[in-house]
Amino acid sequence: MSADILQEVTQNDYKYGFTTDIETDIIPIGLSEDVVRLISKKKNEPQWMLDFRLKAYRHWLTMKMPEWAHLDIPEIDYQSIAYYAAPRKNAPKSLDEVDPELIKTFEKLGIPLEERMALSGIAVDAVMDSVSVKTTFKESLGKLGIIFCSFSEAVENHPDLVQKYMSSVVPYTDNFFATLNCAVFSDGSFVYIPKGVRCPMELSTYFRINAINTGQFERTLIIADDDSYVSYLEGCTAPMRDENQLHAAIVEIVAMKNAEVKYSTVQNWYPGDKNGLGGVYNFVTKRGICKGENSKLSWTQVETGSAITWKYPSCILLGDNSSAEFYSVAVTNHHQQADTGTKMLHIGKNTSSHILSKGISAGISQNSYRGLVKINPAAENARNFSQCDSLLLGDKCGAHTFPYMEVNNDTAIVEHEATTSKINEDQIFYCNQRGISTEDAVGLIVNGYAKDVINKLPMEFAVEAQKLLQITLEGSVG
Amino acid sequence: MLEIKNLHANINGKEILKGLSLSVNAGEVHAIMGPNGAGKSTLSSVLTGNPAFTVTEGDVTFNGKNLLELLPEDRSREGIFLSFQYPVEIPGVSMVNFMRTAVNEHRKYKNLEPMSASDFLKLQREKKELVEMDSKLANRSVNEGFSGGEKKRNEIFQMAMLDPKLSILDETDSGLDIDALRIVANGVNKLKRPDNASIVITHYQRLLDYIVPDFVHVLYDGRIVKSGGKELALELEERGYDWIKKEVEGE
Repeated sequence: MSADILQEVTQNDYKYGFTTDIETDIIPIGLSEDVVRLISKKKNEPQWMLDFRLKAYRHWLTMKMPEWAHLDIPEIDYQSIAYYAAPRKNAPKSLDEVDPELIKTFEKLGIPLEERMALSGIAVDAVMDSVSVKTTFKESLGKLGIIFCSFSEAVENHPDLVQKYMSSVVPYTDNFFATLNCAVFSDGSFVYIPKGVRCPMELSTYFRINAINTGQFERTLIIADDDSYVSYLEGCTAPMRDENQLHAAIVEIVAMKNAEVKYSTVQNWYPGDKNGLGGVYNFVTKRGICKGENSKLSWTQVETGSAITWKYPSCILLGDNSSAEFYSVAVTNHHQQADTGTKMLHIGKNTSSHILSKGISAGISQNSYRGLVKINPAAENARNFSQCDSLLLGDKCGAHTFPYMEVNNDTAIVEHEATTSKINEDQIFYCNQRGISTEDAVGLIVNGYAKDVINKLPMEFAVEAQKLLQITLEGSVG
Repeated sequence: MLEIKNLHANINGKEILKGLSLSVNAGEVHAIMGPNGAGKSTLSSVLTGNPAFTVTEGDVTFNGKNLLELLPEDRSREGIFLSFQYPVEIPGVSMVNFMRTAVNEHRKYKNLEPMSASDFLKLQREKKELVEMDSKLANRSVNEGFSGGEKKRNEIFQMAMLDPKLSILDETDSGLDIDALRIVANGVNKLKRPDNASIVITHYQRLLDYIVPDFVHVLYDGRIVKSGGKELALELEERGYDWIKKEVEGE
């Protein structure tokens, strides 16, 4: 009987699946040095940026797609993708100049571009396809010396900061997808928090893929100078399309002495339909460095979207007494595949890291945690605690855990715990008997399971994430 | 209130209930006793719609409605409550959140607005006292790390919160020491009203010292083979079930 209940899988309710009808400047499909030059030209970039792109592109040609992940990745034809798409009306100075269709789109997504209406006190950088559409609260943040702008603007207005830090955490040779990003990246967000400044509001970037047959390659760079603090949120959605779309992003974070950076993601790219048609291929390289003493970095992610997720937000703990956290909920349903986790590289003394990963698999999906904890010989008294839990709904999905540990210092304490559990019919029936429907019961149980991670999210995101978990799993049980 | 006629039910093809009939009116307390494997817990599972069991024959009406056609959650919302023999743990889901969801689902079914947070907390405080439940339990996850006695008290607390028309207590006495038993039974007695009814499933007469039944039924081999007043329970305590088995087999 359990199989009967669990087999009955219905269509996901992906409420962000609409497309925006907007005039788009899109370059022809295909990838070559000329395309790289064209992207750079469209963005009016300085020579050093073009050189960087070309260097990356030439290196990329020598690379192969990684095959070590527990993913079944269909062949991707990199010549059939368009590498640049932009809403036609570019670089608006004020909201009045932004195409009303764009404002409507982001309103529909619940993203406030109108500052007066942004009661939530979140500054937003909205990125559609390859360009940043609008960044809010730029002026008021600027009074504190905080730079929050699109990556393109940063290249133009703060070239020294970009040159100093770009690719200092993720080198252009890092991996196949990161290198591709370095060659063709379009836009993204740039954040600089000056010394001693506590950023008074949450900063967020909202990424939206709209154009058809287009890859999205954004990069984000966050620099928190000495004694500063920032909390940063990232959200993503895409229209429902039958074709797969490629997304290969880079996020780099630099935390200086005593600085603290919190980075939260709710990733809800279109996951494909229940038969596995369409969906976003999400290959993302996220890495931060705790460069200064006592610096802190935390990654919190709720991953519910994408057909394929390949993502390992990582930390290099270089500064003495620095600490890093990774909190993750990854949900897969239907045909989704996720291979996600983290790397914690302990280099400084007395560094500590904490990993909490909660995987939830339903349908015929595959969900893997992959993590590396590496303690360098110099990392005296390093500490790590990892907990990786998997929750299975039904008996056709898979949950896998690949924890790697390399401990090269005897004073280190590294602990790992893992559990696998199933939502059982007894729990659901218990809820039913109290008047709670099966759908709501699954929502309750899953949110209870993921609670420790959800609680790490900023309030507005936590509520959204809870709803998202429930929607993603809708129909996965009876 | 509840009318069971010739009920047959099986699990994985094995027939457990073999023509059970029972009628319960408002204001009554019915005790169902019987040896292990007679089908006592199956009866509570079938009445509450546990999908592990299949009904093959018979009718059950509850306040005029065909109970067997209703989803388990709708049976609950119609006013049937089961105090589980083995309440499950639901990690990470706080009792408060769980109970509030349940109460509001019941209200929604009756076209009532959800209860405000303050009203809910007030109700919760009131009902907790009924089973002398530690207020800390409400902030913990559903049944997680509860002792056997705490779990049973928690069942009666939920019963008080949902105010059912028909309560089915499945071996509520199992695993309880005498003090816990008294507290649980007191709670049940305080909830008794002329317009509700209970079915008390038990193995031992002990519980019936505290919850005094109007009727005692003996369930054996999937049917009710003997019914009587509360004195029948005492007789069973004294003589065991063998004489009943003999009577049935001698038929």
